[in-house]
Amino acid sequence: MNPSDVGNPGYFHKVVDCQWACPAHTNVPEYIRLIAQGRFTDAYMLNRQSNVFPAILGRTCDRPCEPACRRGRLPSPTNGNEIENPVAICRLKRVAADHKGDVSARLPKAPEKKNGRRVACIGAGPSSLTVANDLMPHGYSVTIFEKYDKPGGLMRTNIPSFRLPEQVLTDETDAILNMGVDIRYNSPVTSLRAVMDEGFDAIFVGSGAPRGKDLELPGRHDVAADSPGGIHIGIDWLGSLAFGHIDSIGEKVLIIGVGNTAMDCCRSSRRLGGKDVKVMARRPRAFFKASPWELEDAEEEGIEIVINHAPKRFVIEDGKLTGMEFDRLEWDADAKKSTVLDTVIIPCDDVILAIGQDNAFPWIERDLGIEFDKWGMPAVNQTTFESTRPGVFFGGDAAWGPKNIIWAVEHGHQAAISIDNHCQSIPVTQRPEWGMNLISQKMGISEWSYHNDYNPAHRQKMKHVDLVQRFEDLHVEVELGFSAEQTAREVQRCLNCDIETVFVAPKCIECDACIDICPLSCLTIAKDGPEEEIRKQLSAPAINPDQALFASLPLPQTGRLMMKDEDLCVHCGLCAERCPTAAWDMQKFQLLISYAGTPAPHTTCVAA
Amino acid sequence: MPSIVKPKVAHPSLVRNELGLTIRDYEGSMSTLCAGCGHDSITAAITRALFELSTPPHMLAKLSGIGCSSKTPTYFVGGAHGFNSAHGRMPAIATGASAANRTLTYLGVSGDGDSLSIGLGHLCHAIRRNLNMLYIIENNGVYGLTKGQFSAASDVGSRSKKGESNKMTPIDPVQLALSLGATFVARSFSGDKAQLVPILKAGLAHRGFAIVDVISPCVTFNDHEGSTKSYKSTRGRYNVATESDFVPHASEIVAEIGGVGQTNVTMHDGSVLRFTRLPENYDVTNRQAALDYLKAHQGEVVTGVLFADESVPEMHEMNNTPAVPLGSLPFEKLCPGSAELAKLMEDFR
Repeated sequence: MNPSDVGNPGYFHKVVDCQWACPAHTNVPEYIRLIAQGRFTDAYMLNRQSNVFPAILGRTCDRPCEPACRRGRLPSPTNGNEIENPVAICRLKRVAADHKGDVSARLPKAPEKKNGRRVACIGAGPSSLTVANDLMPHGYSVTIFEKYDKPGGLMRTNIPSFRLPEQVLTDETDAILNMGVDIRYNSPVTSLRAVMDEGFDAIFVGSGAPRGKDLELPGRHDVAADSPGGIHIGIDWLGSLAFGHIDSIGEKVLIIGVGNTAMDCCRSSRRLGGKDVKVMARRPRAFFKASPWELEDAEEEGIEIVINHAPKRFVIEDGKLTGMEFDRLEWDADAKKSTVLDTVIIPCDDVILAIGQDNAFPWIERDLGIEFDKWGMPAVNQTTFESTRPGVFFGGDAAWGPKNIIWAVEHGHQAAISIDNHCQSIPVTQRPEWGMNLISQKMGISEWSYHNDYNPAHRQKMKHVDLVQRFEDLHVEVELGFSAEQTAREVQRCLNCDIETVFVAPKCIECDACIDICPLSCLTIAKDGPEEEIRKQLSAPAINPDQALFASLPLPQTGRLMMKDEDLCVHCGLCAERCPTAAWDMQKFQLLISYAGTPAPHTTCVAA
Repeated sequence: MPSIVKPKVAHPSLVRNELGLTIRDYEGSMSTLCAGCGHDSITAAITRALFELSTPPHMLAKLSGIGCSSKTPTYFVGGAHGFNSAHGRMPAIATGASAANRTLTYLGVSGDGDSLSIGLGHLCHAIRRNLNMLYIIENNGVYGLTKGQFSAASDVGSRSKKGESNKMTPIDPVQLALSLGATFVARSFSGDKAQLVPILKAGLAHRGFAIVDVISPCVTFNDHEGSTKSYKSTRGRYNVATESDFVPHASEIVAEIGGVGQTNVTMHDGSVLRFTRLPENYDVTNRQAALDYLKAHQGEVVTGVLFADESVPEMHEMNNTPAVPLGSLPFEKLCPGSAELAKLMEDFR
């Protein structure tokens, strides 16, 4: 079997599951350690490097890191038949943001002297703001066109303030805009050609997916204009709410759809006067799009989630919406095929449609050299984010449809690299390389620079404002954030997956000490052979094929290989502590990510 | 010593034995021995053997004397009985314990110093009594706990860490045991658990005294160039004389036992020690054959179960003791009283 190439930053990056899963590759274990040390400002700034909006994301991120968390694959410390919950990474991010000191001196600054290049961004959402964040410090002049009078895009219009307080949003958008971004509010772009005619060197389209899907069923257009209730498009309705255009809703509200937008709609409805709010889902619960925690939060607020109901028609009496008719469905096991059991009419005053959203580019002329597919989506390169017209880039939801904020941020970073290349006449396909630091954490015999003990604490539960207080004001933030005690417990649940077990084969004397001590049976000294033969020899079966299986060079005394299944390693460092020859060492892996205009990173490895 | 206790979290595929215990339930305290000590590997092998045999922890008695080796019973089966005796006196304590309660499983861990120097006499007599126990010698050829002097197991010509050469002839516990009439004699290596674990299981199942000499390199004082008990030297001179599997009674498959060309030794509990490879014309029940093989392979580290004989009665059988622990007998039976004693004395007058 070929030895693993641990010199490639990708090998250990993949071991840090959270960082690997994060679209922006946030260095999660390091910022959790900084929080553990009370260095909240440092933790915040480390987050900001990669994800730009730590305080916003600490409340709203879809957290792809958490399902990936290694902790979530380990047996529960109190019940071996259950699996542990992942570390509350997202809410720890909020801890860093909540307790940070004054960061103004550490935020990026734009130089006085500009480089003479002008970049236009369309839409002031997370992807455009990231582009500005990455390019402004290098002397670019960035202009953002925004249709509303405030920045933030869907972060402002679609996320209710009880989840994301307005001040938190404004602080982080200001950190970018205050670099001197030329932001033009109330300036919806109606013609890309007109923008081009202003002579920008590059244009970034970060206009999001702003068009909520409609539901064309009988009765859709029969509600009288002066009727008190009605049928609303979810994201438009949330936008109206965000800008204060509406302040009430009927007592009986039905939400159609069961994604995260539906959750925001139903919880907002409760605050605007909705007493009987139901979320109507076509399919069973296992097939919902909404994140489980958002479903939980909604149910906590007394919202009923009704499954297996397919909308059939709006019931309108005398121009007034009185209810909605549904087919009751029965599904097969994988919810592919359904049969209709019967139909029911559920009375309601308002219906909010939250069944998805589309991109819409009526304002891009089709003769500009920007190709669109048959669904009206632009042809965008997956790596460079460039459209078929050089110098025009797409990112965020505008590129490939609705994702989430953290993806938009990463799109912004990548597009900024492309824009920088484009403006410096470097091919956009030439992507900067990443590096790594790999530095021993050994402080002495059985002494490490990190807290290596496994802590059996369970995931801390986020405390919420009580229900009465919650509904008194639309803007009361529901989540209270972790207390100091909760934070102290939660940070110790992190397994320090970035402190890597680094093995040097020539030093090994094959004493088996590491194998004997490993609590998770990760290690084996195996006879060399094809991978499938080696897998049969492992101390414990490698049950997760997505995880790397480390193979060393042949060992000096017997020519066998040291094998490590990375899957369940808790990074306790006992293998290195029990190694008499320091063939195993615990070394901190730091991924050095390249951004627009930053010098190429320099890989540094320091052994014990 | 490690900075932390081995985390209790374990791999989800962890299996349970007949008692519903996992191998983690057979662990003890954290080892305080040097990192890389062969003794820790033997501890891991003992842990596995006892787990696989489903030995109830409370039915195990761990005994030891003094030395690095004798510290190790603390590091396995925390729930067992234990006795850390005076230097070299473990066989005597084991004899007494076994006499009082024959229902426990006795496992003694000793070293080359404890067994071959100060405790040599006690070891010899335990062999003679055919005491029913597994007796492990963790043999590193050096006094590790007193910083590396030659032991009675050091080979002639083996060099100390400072370069001094040993001149006195060693005592080979395997040859000693064979010559004294031991009924189960084996040698293995801490770095070869595939061989060691089945040997330990067979030794535990053996009726009588099972002695296993385990080469266990001392990483701190005897793992250098010129040492004959280093990992490298042991691997370089490794001779697997016999290969055997331990087939527990419960999983015995009659068709497989006694297959053509196989040699089996049936243990008293019905389990089988099945030899899958033996040297030509080698009879594992022939004491002289083992001695001849050792002589023919002088200078090599001869390993495997070298001799096994289940036919010899063990101490309790020789002494015709009751089947139950003495402590469970009624007082009247244990002590017939003054009248009986007077009557007995009268017979001698």
